[in-house]
Amino acid sequence: MNASLNVRNVVTGLVVAGLVLLPVYSALSGNVFVLTLFTRIVILALAAASLNLIMGYGGMMSFGHAAYLGIGGYAVGMLAQEGIGSGFVQLPVALAASALFALVIGALSLRTRGVYFIMITLAFAQMAYYVASGLARYGGDDGLTIYKRSDFAGLLNLSNRVQFYYLCLACLLGVVFLIWRIVNSRFGLVVQGLRSNEQRMQAIGFPAKRYRLVCFVIAGTMCGLAGALLANNTDFVSPAVMYWTRSGDLMVMVILGGMGTLFGPVIGAVVYLLLEEFLSQLTEYWAIIMGPLLLLIVLFGRGGIMGLLGRLKRG
Amino acid sequence: MADPLLRVDNLVRRFGGIVATDHVSLDVGDREIHAIIGPNGAGKTTLISQLTGHLVPHGGTIRLAGRDISRLPAWRRSALGLARSFQITSLLSDFTAADNVALAAQAHHGHSFRFLANARKEKGLRDAAHAALERVGLASRADVPVARLSHGEQRELELAVALATRPQILLLDEPMAGLGATESARMVKLLGDLRREVSIVLVEHDMEAVFALADRISVLVYGRIIASGVPDAIRQNDEVKRAYLGDQHVVTRNG
Repeated sequence: MNASLNVRNVVTGLVVAGLVLLPVYSALSGNVFVLTLFTRIVILALAAASLNLIMGYGGMMSFGHAAYLGIGGYAVGMLAQEGIGSGFVQLPVALAASALFALVIGALSLRTRGVYFIMITLAFAQMAYYVASGLARYGGDDGLTIYKRSDFAGLLNLSNRVQFYYLCLACLLGVVFLIWRIVNSRFGLVVQGLRSNEQRMQAIGFPAKRYRLVCFVIAGTMCGLAGALLANNTDFVSPAVMYWTRSGDLMVMVILGGMGTLFGPVIGAVVYLLLEEFLSQLTEYWAIIMGPLLLLIVLFGRGGIMGLLGRLKRG
Repeated sequence: MADPLLRVDNLVRRFGGIVATDHVSLDVGDREIHAIIGPNGAGKTTLISQLTGHLVPHGGTIRLAGRDISRLPAWRRSALGLARSFQITSLLSDFTAADNVALAAQAHHGHSFRFLANARKEKGLRDAAHAALERVGLASRADVPVARLSHGEQRELELAVALATRPQILLLDEPMAGLGATESARMVKLLGDLRREVSIVLVEHDMEAVFALADRISVLVYGRIIASGVPDAIRQNDEVKRAYLGDQHVVTRNG
């Protein structure tokens, strides 16, 4: 047991160290592209980590998690468009809007289970997608260009690639730390207990729905942060970021890395996005390779990459 | 004493055309063991499920210490002091024995919207869990995941979980189901000890256990209570004998 945990910890440690040192490598090698790529990876890893909180620990298979990427992003974009460039306004608005959205769709969709829950979360995210497409003032279908990144009054300059990268990484590590604390807290144990056996949890005195709802809101808020960062990263936000395939991407990252493990989604995001980048350089039809590869991992690597690493030393 | 601890009046529950609970009335006094027996399919589990709030009755009332709880959800009844064990073991299988019990203690020990402090390091909860495990003889198995406990141990853990909610009344749905002779004997002894602290509604097929433990017995057949009384009276009751024999459901020692 301990040995297997160590393999995981070593890999996790290496990945985190790599992420921390990446800007150094970028500066030394003069490879700017790698920093841009990894900024995106870190932001989506944050989104995947937030999805893992409800999906992996809470057993809630939300298929609409990309909606919060859009909501966080549009909060930044719309405020910027209206001349409010301060990050101290944009960020809280992005988080609050995401939390509110999660509260409403969570309250409605958590009445359902299983496949219905998947479909209803998907439906809500698609609704958000079409609403954004209809926002003519904010670019509609074409999306909204953000001419100036969130302004943190000299504290941080988001247009500086290295500073922005470290901001994203700090957010990711902060969120992972928070999730670690949450899953070991009273609240986290209740949520995991509900995943395991809801009837039992009700019988010992826990009202299931309100715990699930709070968890759903926490995860949505975290993903809204990722959305705000993503919009800053691309200087652009469009309905496409909320499309259901993006929610699917996030799910794949979580499953690939290992559901219900702390760093699984981070590793899943790194592997998935690097594969996508690498394979799409090889061929236009990269999805033909990616698909079977993911299938293999899901079929033979129960528990994703973290599961594989966990078994590595046991055999 | 004005009200018995638990009082059920004219409870009715139908499934389609079948009346699974047919105007059932019974009461359970303070620190009394009230056993409910009856052939398979008599509606015993349906009755228990209505008492715990997992199933909504179509008619009648359930009162706990005078308060009508007929429409309260399961978790709220638990908060009022009603605990159950399941006929088919129902635990958090990916948690350890101690975690299962500690969660039950946690539900009745302050609120659970605490997000940062490590719950497994809360001494109060761990002590409560340990005490309940000790009670059922599982103290040495505290850190074993439920999936790796034996069937008998899981039955005992069910009981520990119920006890950790500090109930006024325990609803036990066939606690001896699937237990071997020695395990059964241990369970009987345990329930016998518990009667000093808590009222018990005992649904059980093991007649030896029922007659050894029960203060009163109610016999349920086709959803109706056909007899209710002290064990000796039930033993002598002709209708009970006929119901069991006429039904071809021979009541065996072990379910």
